[in-house]
Amino acid sequence: MRENDSKLLDTGRTAPLGEFGRLLRRLNIDGPLLGGLLLICGLGLVVLYSAVGENMRLLLNQLIRLGVAIVGMLVIAQFSPDFLRRWTPWGFAAGLVLLVLVLTTGEVGMGARRWLDLGIRFQPSEAMKLAVPMMAAWYLHDRRLPPRFGELMLLTVMIVVPTILIARQPDLGTALLVAASGLIVIVLAGLPIRLMITLAVLSVPGAFGLWQLMEDYQKQRVLTLIDPNSDPLGAGYNIIQSKIAIGSGGLFGKGWTNGSQAHLEYLPERDTDFIFAVIGEEMGLLGVLSLLVLYIFVVGRGLYIAMQAPDTYSRLLAGSISLTFFVYVFVNTAMVTGLVPVVGVPLPLVSFGGTSMVTLMAGFGILMSIHSHRKLLPH
Amino acid sequence: MDLLSPIKDHYSERRLFIGRVAMASTIGLLLLGAVVARLVQLQIFDHEMFAEQSQGNRFRIEAVPPTRGLIFDRKGRVLAENLPAYQLELIPEQVDDLGDTLTRLAELELIAAEDIEHFRELARSGPRFKPVTLNLRLTDEEIANFAIQRPRFPGVDFQPRLVRHYPNGEAIAHAVGYVGALSKRDLQNLEQSDYAGTAHTGKTGVESSYEADLHGDVGYNNVVTNALGRQVPADSSEAVDALPSDESPAPGDDIYLSLDLDLQLLATKALQGKRGAIVAIDPHSGEILALVSAPSFDPNMFAVGMTTSEYASLQNDPAQPLFNRAIRGAYPPGSTIKPMLSIAALEVGATSVTRKTMCVGYFMLPNTTHRYRDWKPQGHGEVDLLGAISQSCDVYFYEVSADLGIDNIHKYLDQFGLGHGTGIDISGEHRGLVPSREWKKNAFSERTDQRWYNGETVIASIGQGYMLATPLQLANAIAGLATRGTRYQPRLVAATQNTITGERTMYPAKRLDDIRLNDESHWDAVIHAMREVMHGIHGTARAAGANSAYEMAGKSGTAQVYTVAQEDEYDEDEIDILLRDHALFVSFAPVEDPRIAVAVVVENGSSGSRVAAPIARQIMDEYLGYGSNAGE
Repeated sequence: MRENDSKLLDTGRTAPLGEFGRLLRRLNIDGPLLGGLLLICGLGLVVLYSAVGENMRLLLNQLIRLGVAIVGMLVIAQFSPDFLRRWTPWGFAAGLVLLVLVLTTGEVGMGARRWLDLGIRFQPSEAMKLAVPMMAAWYLHDRRLPPRFGELMLLTVMIVVPTILIARQPDLGTALLVAASGLIVIVLAGLPIRLMITLAVLSVPGAFGLWQLMEDYQKQRVLTLIDPNSDPLGAGYNIIQSKIAIGSGGLFGKGWTNGSQAHLEYLPERDTDFIFAVIGEEMGLLGVLSLLVLYIFVVGRGLYIAMQAPDTYSRLLAGSISLTFFVYVFVNTAMVTGLVPVVGVPLPLVSFGGTSMVTLMAGFGILMSIHSHRKLLPH
Repeated sequence: MDLLSPIKDHYSERRLFIGRVAMASTIGLLLLGAVVARLVQLQIFDHEMFAEQSQGNRFRIEAVPPTRGLIFDRKGRVLAENLPAYQLELIPEQVDDLGDTLTRLAELELIAAEDIEHFRELARSGPRFKPVTLNLRLTDEEIANFAIQRPRFPGVDFQPRLVRHYPNGEAIAHAVGYVGALSKRDLQNLEQSDYAGTAHTGKTGVESSYEADLHGDVGYNNVVTNALGRQVPADSSEAVDALPSDESPAPGDDIYLSLDLDLQLLATKALQGKRGAIVAIDPHSGEILALVSAPSFDPNMFAVGMTTSEYASLQNDPAQPLFNRAIRGAYPPGSTIKPMLSIAALEVGATSVTRKTMCVGYFMLPNTTHRYRDWKPQGHGEVDLLGAISQSCDVYFYEVSADLGIDNIHKYLDQFGLGHGTGIDISGEHRGLVPSREWKKNAFSERTDQRWYNGETVIASIGQGYMLATPLQLANAIAGLATRGTRYQPRLVAATQNTITGERTMYPAKRLDDIRLNDESHWDAVIHAMREVMHGIHGTARAAGANSAYEMAGKSGTAQVYTVAQEDEYDEDEIDILLRDHALFVSFAPVEDPRIAVAVVVENGSSGSRVAAPIARQIMDEYLGYGSNAGE
């Protein structure tokens, strides 16, 4: 993979940064993407400091996780997309085996089996967030696009099997993201529009079927969404309190570490899934819009990288990683503002906790690898 | 280059891809637009309302715990009630220095110094606005004391609350059980939101197994508080408009037990200073009339809360007051199984009513030298079945057991409900044990231990060896014999009553499989022999049966705790009290129309007929209306 370095072409699309720019290039790092990510993480740490009650130890914890995740990203950026593609099916197969192991032998935490103890505790479902779109992209790489019906069927199986395994843990949030990341690959590969509309129509009875499969607590979440006041002491409490937090923030917010909802502990899960409400309360509409702009910038940069990608695998994978990141942002912000059910999706790169951050950063590492290893192609 | 292989059209694919990205981006921006619109709605248009809710006057949903259902005995006398009391609470967010506050409270003796660490942990782990209970029941003196000192303790206050109270605590502790402070582990098995505001939950006995009926449904109030967390009147704020309406809690159901408080008190008194258990059952319904385990404890201590050392002393008491001997105590049943065994032997033809045996004080299996002793060293002389039961001759049963065999012993005792759970409606009962060939194979790992030996059948025939039964099992087995084979599941709860509508739900008797005999006259023979135990001239318990106004049937038992070596003489005085035999007694009355079956176990009581039987007699006198309370 190293032989490509000399052939890399400075297309001039990235602003000339002199020595620093060349250094980034040599390290296979995409400057704009790194910049956007660091800004989000920086803002996240500032908010988190307030949300964890100004607890330096917890903040340091998060900082270490962030460091590990960024190092992971930079390491992955060094592997060429060709290398990643060759190993994709093996990674996917290993992921499936681990998922089955989790269901049969995994450790139970918070009422669900998600963890596997392989020396270090580890959630195979997290790895599937990358392995599923990689597998779908791998499968489509040599095929003529748009995919035909038989190919679509096989792709569906590739996505549905891990999704069901994860949903059975039960971990609805992750299952949803894994399914989305695979589905996005198919849509980007050219799933016929007519078929998409048909599927959308069919999803009504599908949703009914899913309802039957749901655990009671998952059903409760959906019901509480429709009427949060129906369970004000239980599931509805989070949404009621988070709406008060966001609404009371107004345009400019109450000021950093001044959020009374967050600090008087009215707001549950304020450092994890509901941290967006803390930003809304303390930094106001301007604060949350700034964060959303940063997210849009990162997603946009990712899609730009995807469009520049030289081959099918890289293109589909880069597109899927970027759009899945967007799905994260949308689902979390929509759930905290009470637009969709509380499914337990963290605010990417901001919520306290390490597992999802490592996966996200690994995804951005792949984006960087795709961008910096691309070959010059005739247009 | 494989990218340009003939089936791939790189250019059109890229165009397709860009089109799809454009489509996805449009959808994405629309979705994000919805979120932004929502944010604008919340933060600009509804800002005033939310700001008011959060800043000036905050609202808080406060859980209103339901009133726990009461527990009554069969005659409507209260066994568990709720009394108003004052408790000491601490609100973490209003306390400046937690450690200092707790230390000073300990100096006033409002909390125990040893519990400071525990409360500190509690105050830290929960939400900071949620009160932590420090002392569940303040005495009038403590309230007066604290009232003077209150300005020194911001964030600490006393609050009125209903506390569970058991008026006859010790007498009903093991049947009714007790409530205790709700722990994190309890919450894992309970609906969390149902227990918001509730500090207690049933821990044992009826309080635990009928928790769902007793608890009721939580209600909630929307409380509007000012910036300091103090409650202000709700109507002074418009914020309440947006809140869910209040809901009152639904009180839990009252429960009527089949227990008779008089019997409970009498049984408790009879076991005063002893270790043991008494279970009395109505043989025609399975209703438990009395269930007592001694020594007992005061369940109010759990409801009120006790210090760590008080709990430790209960837990470490060698007499094990917390141990429910009535349902968990597994004792060798001794001779009390002889009536059931006689039924088995008659049915399979291992003996007959007329068969006679010469009892010389010991029995030997053919071709062996081991002597299985009778409890009476000089022997009973010539005995038939009647004599064998009424005089409790072991040798007769040793002999019969050889023809009966362990398989039949197991089969019939199993039908009487021994060796498996009775299904009583409180949890924790011991299953007891009736050994069988199969059981032994599974219970031991060594091949030589897995085999069933004939000698083991011999000692099983007098309820020794591996055999174990709980007082509850014995009472229910003898109830099944009293009714000539009709059996019921024993239970404590007779009915529940909705406290609002007054509607009563009766719990019907649950009938178990009947014991069917080929020859019904076998019941008569055995019951007649049990009557002779109480009223015959040689009956082992004739002293306990003397001068009764009704006819009793009974059987004493003595369970060996200590195996006497082959040639040693058993001398009661020389044996440490804890090695003395357990005294057992099973009985029912009246013989012709059984209304009560009683099992009594007195640990290390030495003699079933001398120690346990008189207690059973007292219980029966009381229940059948000839007791000391009669005519009151």
